[in-house]
This record gives sequence, structure tokens and C-alpha cells, in this order.
Amino acid sequence: MAALEVKDVTFSYDNVTPVLKNVDLTLNDGELVCLLGVSGGGKTTLFNIISGLNRPQQGTDMLLPYRTVEDNVALPLIIKGMKKKEARIKVGEYFAQFGIEGTQKKYPAELSGGMRQRAALLRTYMFSADVALLDEPFSALDTLTKSEMHRWYLDVMSRIKLSTIFITHDIDEAILLSDRIYLLRGKPGTITDEIVISQPKPRDKEFNLTEEFLQYKRKIIHLISN
Amino acid sequence: MSARLRNTISKVLPPLFAILLLVAVWQTVCSFGQVPKYMLPSPGDVAAAFEKDWQLMFSHAKTTLTETFIGLFFGILIGFLAAVVMDRFNIVRRMIYPLIVISQTIPTIAIAPLLVIWLGYKMLPKIILIVLVVFFPIAVSLLDGFSSADPDTIRLMQSMGARKMQIFRYVKLPNSLGQFFSSLKISVSYAVVSAVVSEWIGGTEGLGCYMTRVRKSFSSDKMFAVIILISVISLLLIWLTNVLQRVCMPWDKINKNRSKKI
Repeated sequence: MAALEVKDVTFSYDNVTPVLKNVDLTLNDGELVCLLGVSGGGKTTLFNIISGLNRPQQGTDMLLPYRTVEDNVALPLIIKGMKKKEARIKVGEYFAQFGIEGTQKKYPAELSGGMRQRAALLRTYMFSADVALLDEPFSALDTLTKSEMHRWYLDVMSRIKLSTIFITHDIDEAILLSDRIYLLRGKPGTITDEIVISQPKPRDKEFNLTEEFLQYKRKIIHLISN
Repeated sequence: MSARLRNTISKVLPPLFAILLLVAVWQTVCSFGQVPKYMLPSPGDVAAAFEKDWQLMFSHAKTTLTETFIGLFFGILIGFLAAVVMDRFNIVRRMIYPLIVISQTIPTIAIAPLLVIWLGYKMLPKIILIVLVVFFPIAVSLLDGFSSADPDTIRLMQSMGARKMQIFRYVKLPNSLGQFFSSLKISVSYAVVSAVVSEWIGGTEGLGCYMTRVRKSFSSDKMFAVIILISVISLLLIWLTNVLQRVCMPWDKINKNRSKKI
């Protein structure tokens, strides 16, 4: 069953030069789909259109500095009208799963970039339990933290059920995390190719060192440079 | 000795030394006997005056402090309400913001006598004056704080389905607290001074009245004592504001420490 469907989207900011043309994409239940393309290619525009329903999670974590981590994460529930106490208990169940146990009472400034990103993703999960839109969520992190976050993300995804669309310009990241990759290319941007990554999940953390991985990468580079 | 204690001592010691030095010079100058006591009493004279008159001074201080607190309370309340309304309705902001600014250019000392004429010699004119003085910095700082909230954060809140009231409560209000407390620190000392000034103009109680009386009897030693008392009261109120700020903004210290490290 499709968790989200985008059909024949064409968009222009000024009614003259189209940014997106005839974009189609489908996100199935529990699937992680990646939107891969160069910067300025219309990825974020497409996201903003979709986010009429759901707001994308961006690279900067946007945690409120004056709320503790648990109160940040609980905010979507509190806004929906849940009592603060209840909301804290509810989000508390997820802290261990998201690998941020023990940070509940801390302020965002006391956490590392990776931990803040995890908390921000948990908050996204709390307010859109069905579909998450992630706009280059790991782009602000250093390489080592980033690969740690990839492993963490695969690990979390294996335990909670969440359908995700994910924007990136990082080919490795796309192959490592996705079930399917859409290539968004050209001006105006349109989806030129769909690559299915058939490697089963949960994936081994050394998947990116295997021959299959390289084959996918070769294929994508070939498609992009074509 | 703990690092914290050492830190405090190294902070307190230099200004304390400077003050002691100043007092010592002052005492020395007076002890030559060239300056008459009604012009410049020595620190010893001032201390003696305080010791003699402290009960009277404290009873006057009670009146002044009562006026100050009532004035502060209503000044903050009205400033807060004005800021909220101006933040919510842009048209109101454009209408009354200039008026508020103009109202601040009128010198306190000029309206104080008018207030006495209109409202009499009791507490009311003093409280009104304090409200007028306090209202402005509070309203302006809160309004600034409200409107400087990060637009991306507000958009994020909107996407979570937050209503205007919730955005105000969870983003704008906490965002304005830093500026609010900065202006509150200024306001509390202004409030004390305004209370004293309005007591000069007319009244039967308060440190301002006490001041007027001792000035007219050329008791400069008492004059100095009461000036020091007023300073101490202002300092205590500023300190209290600092404590309040630390309680209300527990995250502030953490964020500051972090930016110090960077």
C-alpha cells in the first residue's frame, strides 16, 4: 500500500521557468525512498510541495534551546493537546530506541551534533508517525559522525515502522539507506530513473565495502553523467 | 579551596579594594579638618548618622519600597500587555509605538509635580510615575524579543499545527526572556530613583521626604547615609533580578558556558 503518492507535479516559482516537470513518485508503507540529485535541482522545492502535508526535517536540527531534550521531543504532542506529563512519558519510551537514553533532562546545547540530530528525528517521528520527510538530515555532520548516524538510522528503522522520503546529494548515503532511489535531474527537474536497491534489511554495516554496493554506485554515476 | 570560591574571590577582591581605597582617601581628607562637616562629612560621620537614624530611615525605606514594588508590578503588567497587543496586531504597533517613544522624552522630574497636582500627596502619584518609567523599557524589550523569534522555528511550529497562542507560549515568550531581564535590571533601579524623586516633590513618607528634610537642615552626614542606603537597595533589587533570571532561564547558563568554550 502506498503511504504517499506524488502524481504529475509541475511547478514554477515565477510562471515562466518551470523548476519541476511531470514528477511522479510513490512511497510504499515502511519503505525508505531516496531522492538523489544535484544541489539546486528542485529537490527541496518538491519537498516543500509535499510538505503541505508534512514539514521536512532539515539539516539544522532546530531544537529549541530553552527546552530540555524531552520537552523538545514532546512538543508536537503537547501542541496536539496532550498534557505535558503524559507527553513526557509517551516520548520517554522512544529514547532508548533512538539511542539517546539519559539525555531527557539535558538542554540541546549540552549534546553533540549527532545526538541533537537523533533527538530532532525523534521529534519528527512524534509528529508524523506515518511519513517522515528528511531534507539532507545528516549534511551538517562530520564524516565520522555521519557514518555513525547511518548505522544508527538503519538500526532504528529496523525497529520502528516508518515510511521515509529522504533528500540527499550523497550517492553512498543513498545506496546505504534506501530501498529505492529516484534520480531527479535536468532543468526543469524531472525523475529520470528509479533504482531498486535489493540488498535486504537490516543491512550489514560493511555493506558499503561490498562489490554489490560498488555496482550500484557505478550504475548511478553512469546514469548521472549520461 | 574550591575553584568556584577562588573564582568569586578573584572577582570580588579588586572592586572591594578600590572602594576601600576611596573610603580611606575620603576619611584622610576629612581628618585634616579643612572641609566643614556640612559640606563633606567623613565616612565615620556618615556611619554614625546611619547608626543614629537607621530606624527612621528603614521606616521611610518601607514606604519607598512599597511604592517601588507596586509600581514595578503594574509597569511590567502593562508593558507586557502592550507588547503582546503590539506583536499581535501590526496596526496597533504602528499607531502607538511612536507615542510610547515620545512619552519617554518627557523628563520624569517635569511630570512628577503635575502628578502631585492631579493626584495628591499620597502614594498614587508616585506609583503612577514608576509605572510610566518602567513600562517603556519592558514593553520595548519584550516586543523586540517577540519579533526576533526565528521564523524557521515558527514555521516548524505551524507545520506541527500550533495555534498562534501556542507559538507565543512555546517560542516567542521564552525567546524574549533574555531581553526582558536585561531591561528589568535597568527598570528596578529606575523605579527606586523615580520613587525617591516623586517623594521630593511632595509627601509625608519615604526616603525622598527624609532626604528633603535632612537637606533643609544641612545634615549632610544623614544625606550621605540615605544616598548610600538607596544605592544598596537598588543593588539588592538588581541582584534579586539576577537570581530570578537564573531560576526562570536555567538553559541560559548552559548556553553561555558553551559559547564561552567556543
